[in-house]
Amino acid sequence: MNKAYDNEMKIEFLSKSNNEAFARIAVASFIAQLDPTLEEIADIKTAVSEAVTNSIIHGYEEKLGIVKLTCKIKDNEIFIEIIDEGKGMENVEIAKQPLFTTKSNLERAGMGFTIMESFMDDVDVESSLGIGTKVSMKKKIKSNCEDKELAVAIRREE
Amino acid sequence: MESIYKKEDKLLIFKINEDIDECCAQKIRRKLDNEIEKYMPKEIIFDFSKVSFMDSAGIGLLIGRYKLANMLGGNVKVSNINTSIRKIFEMSGILKIMPEAKMEKKEVQYE
Repeated sequence: MNKAYDNEMKIEFLSKSNNEAFARIAVASFIAQLDPTLEEIADIKTAVSEAVTNSIIHGYEEKLGIVKLTCKIKDNEIFIEIIDEGKGMENVEIAKQPLFTTKSNLERAGMGFTIMESFMDDVDVESSLGIGTKVSMKKKIKSNCEDKELAVAIRREE
Repeated sequence: MESIYKKEDKLLIFKINEDIDECCAQKIRRKLDNEIEKYMPKEIIFDFSKVSFMDSAGIGLLIGRYKLANMLGGNVKVSNINTSIRKIFEMSGILKIMPEAKMEKKEVQYE
């Protein structure tokens, strides 16, 4: 076990679109221990949903593959990785642009990366053609952090 | 999903009862299009009071229905959106083409 983190979990599931809900709910349950606000939970669920959907419909397309998801916690920060061994992207920067989509026939909005970037503190994408894609995201849970600081401050005053 | 058509106003209201992601967007899409093509409404309202989660698949779904409604001479509005869905609506600028309709939750009796 990696001792650098306070807690971690890992799940692997088939690239079926009905696993999108499973993935985001699993992450939401796991991070509940940090006591996030409803808004923080919603942000993280949405970002996870976008990344997992990308792996399923772009990475693996119609083929079945395995999507790996890890979630780690260190202090008040959440680190999430979503990895597929699908077809990968040639140019990540172009794919990240708002409204860019290769699947307009499926009515994809091209907002996936834009949503991930605005809902999380940091998003990093590594991708190679024919090898796969790894999306790493992190977010600090502020509510908890403020509460803890407040608790420390109160204790000091006492 | 439930729907109601008010003939006198040529108004079609859809109440979506599930989370909207890629998986269920594909399922809802066909039902919506069938109803829109059947009634050719002047106005469509999407009632989000029973939707707790939506990601970018929902934006694609709404823009697609907007295009269809527009082609048939109608417009689209949304109502009862929660805080987290509102964030996605605002980010995508979708409220500029689909304004919010005020609708009381009790006002509409779905069939």
